[in-house]
Amino acid sequence: MSMEEKQNSQTSLDFNQNIFKPSSREEIVEIVKNCYRRNIPLEINGLKSKNKIGRNFQSEKTLDLSHYKGIIDYKPEELYIKVKAGTPLKEIVEELSKNNQQLAFEPNDFGYVFSGESNSGSIGGVVSCNFAGSRRFKVGSARDHILGFQGINGKGETIKSGGTVVKNVTGYDLSKLISGSFGTLTILTELSIKVLPKPETSKTLVIKNPHLKKALSYLGKGLSSSTDPSGGVFYPDYFGKNFVLNDLTHEGGLTAIRIEGPTNSVEQRLNRLSKELGLLDQELSILDNEQSNIFWSRTKNLEVFKSLKSNLIRIVVPISETLQVIQKFKNYETRYFIDWGGSLIWASFDQLNTKILNEIKDIVKKHQGYITLIKVEEDLKASADIFTIDPIKYKISEKIKRSFDPKRIFNPGKMYTGI
Amino acid sequence: MSSLQMPKVDKAIMSKKDKIALDLRGIINSKNVLSSPDELRPFETDGLTAYRQMPLLVVMPETVEEVSQILKYCNENKIKVVPRGAGTGLSGGSMPLEDCVLIAMGKFNKIIEIDYENRCVVTQPCVTNLAITHAVQDKGFYYAPDPSSQIACSIGGNVAENSGGVHSLKYGATTNNLLGIEVVLMDGTITRFGGKVMDAEGYDFLGLMTGSEGLLGVITEVTVKILKSPEVVKAALVGFPSIEDAGNCVAQIIAEGCIPAGMEIMDKALTKATNDYSKAGYPTDAEAMMIIEFDGTEHEVEAYIKKAKEIAERNNSSSLKISKSNEERLKFWAGRKAAFPACGVLAPDYMCMDGSIPRGKLAEVLNEISRLSKKYNLPVANAFHAGDGNLHPLIMFDANDKESLRKCEEFGADILKYCVKVGGALTGEHGVGIEKRELMCEAFNDKDIQQQLTIKVALDPNSLLNPGKVYPILRKCAEEGRVHVHGGKTKFPDIPRF
Repeated sequence: MSMEEKQNSQTSLDFNQNIFKPSSREEIVEIVKNCYRRNIPLEINGLKSKNKIGRNFQSEKTLDLSHYKGIIDYKPEELYIKVKAGTPLKEIVEELSKNNQQLAFEPNDFGYVFSGESNSGSIGGVVSCNFAGSRRFKVGSARDHILGFQGINGKGETIKSGGTVVKNVTGYDLSKLISGSFGTLTILTELSIKVLPKPETSKTLVIKNPHLKKALSYLGKGLSSSTDPSGGVFYPDYFGKNFVLNDLTHEGGLTAIRIEGPTNSVEQRLNRLSKELGLLDQELSILDNEQSNIFWSRTKNLEVFKSLKSNLIRIVVPISETLQVIQKFKNYETRYFIDWGGSLIWASFDQLNTKILNEIKDIVKKHQGYITLIKVEEDLKASADIFTIDPIKYKISEKIKRSFDPKRIFNPGKMYTGI
Repeated sequence: MSSLQMPKVDKAIMSKKDKIALDLRGIINSKNVLSSPDELRPFETDGLTAYRQMPLLVVMPETVEEVSQILKYCNENKIKVVPRGAGTGLSGGSMPLEDCVLIAMGKFNKIIEIDYENRCVVTQPCVTNLAITHAVQDKGFYYAPDPSSQIACSIGGNVAENSGGVHSLKYGATTNNLLGIEVVLMDGTITRFGGKVMDAEGYDFLGLMTGSEGLLGVITEVTVKILKSPEVVKAALVGFPSIEDAGNCVAQIIAEGCIPAGMEIMDKALTKATNDYSKAGYPTDAEAMMIIEFDGTEHEVEAYIKKAKEIAERNNSSSLKISKSNEERLKFWAGRKAAFPACGVLAPDYMCMDGSIPRGKLAEVLNEISRLSKKYNLPVANAFHAGDGNLHPLIMFDANDKESLRKCEEFGADILKYCVKVGGALTGEHGVGIEKRELMCEAFNDKDIQQQLTIKVALDPNSLLNPGKVYPILRKCAEEGRVHVHGGKTKFPDIPRF
């Protein structure tokens, strides 16, 4: 009996199945080692909330990590939680809430866009996609909150990087590299994540205004003021009706700026902000804690694009470029809103085709930004680049991919052809 | 310590020194290629002065194209390259190799663009950390990461080391405040990672490069976020009857939802030493002394200070002072910032360690350090960035006494190993460099290290860029790892170190 046969005979793995649902790290290692030996590509899934994002690719087998879940260790006073990668984000958020803590980077819930209802996915998926919500400009995204991880590389070796302490410069910061790598570098098994206290109070200043130019000016002034906002969005007229709340009866376009912290301080900063922006009472509404949370939760969940039939494109540009970019979109039928204080545009284009898409890409590139296709029609998906990359970075990405996954068995082609 | 093993010297390269110098003079302005011993000597060490080595040559490029051509030439001719910013690093990351071309980036010293609309600064890498704040402070902005050497350290070096600082608990380290870099790879490829936007698409090479200690590329441009300066900053100076009380106070402040801008603890030995040195008015009878600083708007700071005061009292604080003016606040800090020189007065030499631990393990780790201090019969004083768990024990010894030096080295290694054992890290902010290289196997197993080395090889197949740093050469855990200071003389005695 060869060594390989011996190894296989010692395991319980039925390799004939097409979907693996491991519940232990040892099982994952065994699956990967088998795939590595046999050159079998694997699609890696968590709770499938974001698995439609990315290119279509061929995979013989699927690794479903939804059974590999659970909180391993949570130390509120140390501000960290260690979890298995398949743990639902919802479970983590609920556990943290018991101690009045949170994941400050507010990961987007794409469930509303893809299926009309909440599906915030697994923590592994959140990290692998690295899409942060409105607090991004203040606290960072998932990549800024990962203290360390354990994963399985493409050869089936268990590797780790970082740890559970905030300050750690020991070796390369691989936690950054795996964040936003869409499962193409390593299968995440454990994640140690920095958590933060929830603010005592969160309030939101809503300014009724239909004009983007004015909105960007409010957001720019607000974010550059010492009032320390933690969110800044603009919704055009057509989305205004989505935010009718007790203290917000206005149904038109609006700019919203969130202020968080100790209650006294929030009041003081809100007053100052409205003065600095030169606002009249009739122009503004203040959302109390509860309404503010509803407002930002709807924003995080992209609820204005709920059950979207057409496409959704995520565009990031420097704040100084946003106005020009949107003005150039006027040639198309577009619905959009703006997050990250002016830098992030979520947009849906009617009659999107390859030509229009290429024009959009050119515009965004010219303005020093990048675009990611979140949801596109299948025929377009087959032909378009979902992520943008230049030839030099492609070459480097290829080398990095090989250093983790030499036989390209993890989500091959999900980000780029050949990676 | 001088017996530190470095990669094998390439004798063929050594013998071709003149030819290499000539070739490099063909690439860049000939006066920017230094080759005589007198010219090379200033580059023989960085902030880790225990190790010295003259490079083969020093080049001082002025443009990114020159950097690219130098690297391409060295790559084709298999010549080792060591990049260097301001040379203030504490772990020997820019210590030269005998057969290397040292790229001194000192001529990249200009701020390129201040962009208030996008709240960022684009700068060349050898601009100092503090110069960025100076450039934007009249408009009320600042750059948040504040390593103690900020008056001298370069922003490019900060990126290479992922430097932190007293305020990194609230504002993060360099990696969290960086938007983009331009970098040259060993094969001469010039590329940009990030820019003026957050979370640039694709693999996070910006994150990978940050803290890679000059092993993956040479940074030629940096774009950093700037923040609006806080309106009010206040500090509380608190004494505790025991380290445990101080540790509990830290844990509870965090648990109750206050994130201070900075939170520092000193043990009794250091409190006394710094107070004698700087007359900071510290409670010298306290077993532990803590500085808690909050920043923000007036009401916010008031609310947090009130809460911190309650928590401190609940944890048996023996004294508590709150700064009434900015001058008083700076006086609170004066002693803390004089921690290094104060130790220089107490002993001929000291070594500064840089371990990171879970906040809750402070008392346990300090007890262990105290036990080790007795075992090795060497005094130790402890400073602690308590907010983020970064411990700086200062071991006092006499380098002229070989036995004392040996004991100090063992003592230091034991501390770092203990930090790892309780769930911490070998280095919180000083980097691995050559200093803690052989201790890497305490934190990582062979597979972990191999994965990192594979990345290195992917970008630098001949391992020519800053070899012998970060990753173990001996693959056994040699007992080395600290900043060595002799006779109170650091490499840059006027730069604060805390």
